[in-house]
Amino acid sequence: MSVRLTYACLISAVALPTFAVSSQTLTQPPDTMAARVEACTPCHGNKGEGTSDVYFPRLAGKPSGYLYNQLLAFRSGRRKYPPMNYLLEFLPDPYLKDMADYFASQHPPLPTPAASDASADVLKRGAALVTHGDGAAQIPACASCHGPALLGMEPGIPGLLGLRPNYVSAQLGGWRYGTRTAKAPDCMQQVAAKLTEADVTAVAAYLATRPAPANAAPLPKGSYVLPFACGSEPE
Amino acid sequence: MRQLFTALPRIAALFAGMLAASAVHAQTAATNDIVKRGEYLARAGDCIACHTAPEGRTFAGARAMPTPFGTLYSSNITPDPETGIGKWSADDFYRTMHSGRFPDGGLIYPAMPFASYTKVTRADSDAIFAYLKSIPPVRQKNREHDLRFPYNNRQLILGWRTLYFSEGEFKNDPAKSAEWNRGAYLVEGLGHCGMCHSPINALGGTSQSDAFKGGLIPMQNWYAPSLTSNREAGLGNWSIKDITDLLQTGVSARGVVYGPMAEVVHNSLQYLSDEDARAMAVYLKGIAEGSASSAPVSTLPNTESSLLISLGKTVYDKNCASCHGAQGEGKPPHWPPLANNQSIEMQSAVNPIRMVLNGGYPPGTKGNPRPYGMPPFAGVLSDNEVAAVVSYIRTAWGNRGTPVSARDANELRSAPLD
Repeated sequence: MSVRLTYACLISAVALPTFAVSSQTLTQPPDTMAARVEACTPCHGNKGEGTSDVYFPRLAGKPSGYLYNQLLAFRSGRRKYPPMNYLLEFLPDPYLKDMADYFASQHPPLPTPAASDASADVLKRGAALVTHGDGAAQIPACASCHGPALLGMEPGIPGLLGLRPNYVSAQLGGWRYGTRTAKAPDCMQQVAAKLTEADVTAVAAYLATRPAPANAAPLPKGSYVLPFACGSEPE
Repeated sequence: MRQLFTALPRIAALFAGMLAASAVHAQTAATNDIVKRGEYLARAGDCIACHTAPEGRTFAGARAMPTPFGTLYSSNITPDPETGIGKWSADDFYRTMHSGRFPDGGLIYPAMPFASYTKVTRADSDAIFAYLKSIPPVRQKNREHDLRFPYNNRQLILGWRTLYFSEGEFKNDPAKSAEWNRGAYLVEGLGHCGMCHSPINALGGTSQSDAFKGGLIPMQNWYAPSLTSNREAGLGNWSIKDITDLLQTGVSARGVVYGPMAEVVHNSLQYLSDEDARAMAVYLKGIAEGSASSAPVSTLPNTESSLLISLGKTVYDKNCASCHGAQGEGKPPHWPPLANNQSIEMQSAVNPIRMVLNGGYPPGTKGNPRPYGMPPFAGVLSDNEVAAVVSYIRTAWGNRGTPVSARDANELRSAPLD
């Protein structure tokens, strides 16, 4: 075998793997969370702002701890929605935390509230439940946990603005019927159990009329004291 | 001197004590080793997939397993003496794995893959048993199976056994390498790959001649491709590295795992040693048949096909090309190539249709802890658009699949996701 041929073999032996490696590096997807959560975007929007489907919630800007709890609950099947259960089934905790952090850190503007087709009486009942609760029926005000401006609090209490009435009704219904549950004490289940069908409609309708503040970030941890214990919000 | 004599027994006793201590130490070390080996083998057998319920205690059973015959509930295999296997001996455990019978002789439903586990060696069975004895016991009574008549009659299992069960440990093929034989032992035995990758007939059995020829998994509506046909998941044309990447990390230059196979990689295969993964790869590559089986046949009229495919290209360019590339080249391993991708071209279009409808994440593994995911398009594309884009990817870029109809797409919208 000629020296030249040996030399050529050597060169190609060295050059080929190098080429393979560099061409692979060139064609990798972006090493970002945005690229990794593309599977979420057809339903939740590119930045978690929500889509035209009224049952798919906005994720952007919700406290990371809340989003993480939901991801864990969907993965284990505790919170049931088969398309979500299926997507998350084999993803590890730290990755779900990264996903939660990613959507918590997105701040696309809140949508302008749509005109409500609910009657003035219904909206009045909704306003009362949201801001004052109903002492006689032992229903606490939404604002007592979700914050005076309904923006939620770090790490586990979600804000209630920017959600469509259909989604809010469906979730409150889920708690009332026990299909949506959380860690004990499951405060939302306790509260929702006291609501009537009409209360649910009223709360959902009123929340959707609330204007979007300029800064919709949740309040820092410990900004106010919860009126009762809640398994989702660590002490 | 006298002092020395009186001291001698004491020295001897001390010495004997040291010997005994080191013997105990050696024995504990040996037990630890066997428990560790058992844990490894239990993972290779993917026991946890069935014997642990969602949010349930590990190996406490009670996982519901829907079958065409009713629902089965897996059993508690923790060492609890009353409700688990705490009173079992290693002999009992081996007999169960090997013969598919409970220690009292009772027949086990073949959802437990004893037709595969029968190949497991006595030493490996003992190691798995030692491991199971070492985990925390959980007191949880087994739940009764909920099977329809006549399947609730366990005597029927006798018939099934006659047809489909041949008892016996794995025998090495002396004509093959040690590596091939190790791979065969893992694939045919603990790995119980044939449970899904073989066609299931109406009796819930697989005949020996159909081993690894692929089949639709009952109830789940995913197609487990043939491991022998290179037109399906046959790995004859894959490099060993691509196969081990797929098994251990869930992604590879040739494709990624999804659906039920994601569970297998997540719970089991990612824990394989490099040697065992390689052995499985060598064996799997070895059983692939060199020649292509008959070309797939389209059931759609030509005019309908060409209309679908031209709409499919429009859908593809708009929704898919940004990740999978204009020529279906992808960005492997994370965004899989669609050109020359067997799981897209094979006769059954169930999997590509379901991937378009449901999307999916490959499993998070040690080798790929933050996998990229495919978005679900069920809410974005109509039945006709799903059929069109699947027809397009099955026939573009030299792919040799056949077009699919809007009806095929529609039928899979209601396929179960859990």
